[in-house]
Amino acid sequence: MTKEDNQRKVVIPGEVIVKGDNYLPGDGTEKRGEEIVSIKYGLSEEQNRLIKVIPLSGIYHPRRGNVVIGKVENLTFNGWVIDIGAPEGAFLSLMEVPKYVNKDGLDEVMDFGDMVIAKIWSINKRGIDLSIKSRGLGKIDEGIIVKVNPNKVPRVIGKEGSMVKLIKDETGCNITVGQNGLIWIKGDKIEDELFAKKSILFVTEKSYISGLTEEVKKWFEKEKK
Amino acid sequence: MTKEFKRPDGRKVDELRKMSAKVGVVPNADGSAMFSFGDTIAIAAVYGPKKMHPQHKQNPEKGTLRCNYNMISFSVNDRIRPGMSRRSMEISEISKWALEPVLMIDNYPNMVVDVHINILQANASTRCAGINAACLALAHAGISMKNMVSSVSIGKLDKQLVVDVDKKEEDWEEGEGATDIPITMTSDDKITHLQLDGKITNKQLKDAIELARKACKEIYEVQKKALKESLGEEK
Repeated sequence: MTKEDNQRKVVIPGEVIVKGDNYLPGDGTEKRGEEIVSIKYGLSEEQNRLIKVIPLSGIYHPRRGNVVIGKVENLTFNGWVIDIGAPEGAFLSLMEVPKYVNKDGLDEVMDFGDMVIAKIWSINKRGIDLSIKSRGLGKIDEGIIVKVNPNKVPRVIGKEGSMVKLIKDETGCNITVGQNGLIWIKGDKIEDELFAKKSILFVTEKSYISGLTEEVKKWFEKEKK
Repeated sequence: MTKEFKRPDGRKVDELRKMSAKVGVVPNADGSAMFSFGDTIAIAAVYGPKKMHPQHKQNPEKGTLRCNYNMISFSVNDRIRPGMSRRSMEISEISKWALEPVLMIDNYPNMVVDVHINILQANASTRCAGINAACLALAHAGISMKNMVSSVSIGKLDKQLVVDVDKKEEDWEEGEGATDIPITMTSDDKITHLQLDGKITNKQLKDAIELARKACKEIYEVQKKALKESLGEEK
């Protein structure tokens, strides 16, 4: 791979991506002698001499600052345990709820099976801590939830949110994309929500196409007739 | 010994059976793959990394790999009893040992990666097909790996070494009989697994490893192709 040619390519574990001292190993890569080797199956990418591999499949790997959608799995005396599809359970503490909660009435705020939008506030050895102290976070009361492969989330969002903006504009729905692959759709009519869901599933199906936004625009034109 | 050694199915001594590989065959698994040598077909499904349960089995220093090799009851001519047998337990453990050296399992403390290998159709070399499929499935599950592994069985029929034994060759009875040597190697020629029960001279074992090295290169290409071409078809 030369400097001009920073096109993405599929790499497999153990494959040499570049040779030479001019590059730095990033996520999903390892430096062995003079070579930078992939340790994951995914797409390799170069940015400012930093080589990284974006995984294409597998489970969701939580990162700090991610907005995720999860299901309340358990109530404890000082918070909620939430399943966000990561290997570890995530904990939402009472302290991270922006209003007063009676310690005997945790279930009145969120009960088993409730869906919640939260932000990953920190990841430590004990587990993942969540927060709902920002705008747009909190319990979900209405709308529908669509599950997609977590690795397809960047395609659903698009470059700087272009894809999700397009879907929002075309369907008139409010959409929140969780980094863990759960997507919340809320529209005025159930038909709108189902239409938005259909378009998201179309995006995930065609996620390998380049110039996907254009393709989705065409799809909307066809579907709207 | 003789140049024109006849194999039962007419292959050359260093010729593998027709291979095929595909990833993403089990939609509900986190990673999955199929690998076949001729009539031997293996499917591997990977679940995880997930939290180890029960908790007392968790290892806070590194993750755990669990393998499960299973021959499906219709995979051979005489129906085999379903469930674990002494043989399948042994091969499960062998597959684990073959895969563990390339897996960067230290990245997943307190977690477990489950690999389920199922043999759909057996015509010898099932453990090799299983390991090849498992390696593809692990890569497909997005697990950090130092390298890929490829596995092949080298046979010694009387005194002749052959690559990729099939059932007829496994039951070879002329001369010294048959010895089966399954070998697993990484793509940079390091051995992660070698099994041998039978008689073989030092020199011949070296030749066998050399043959395996060549065969593993071919298998690696098939595996590489399967992973690179899975993009686009996959949902």
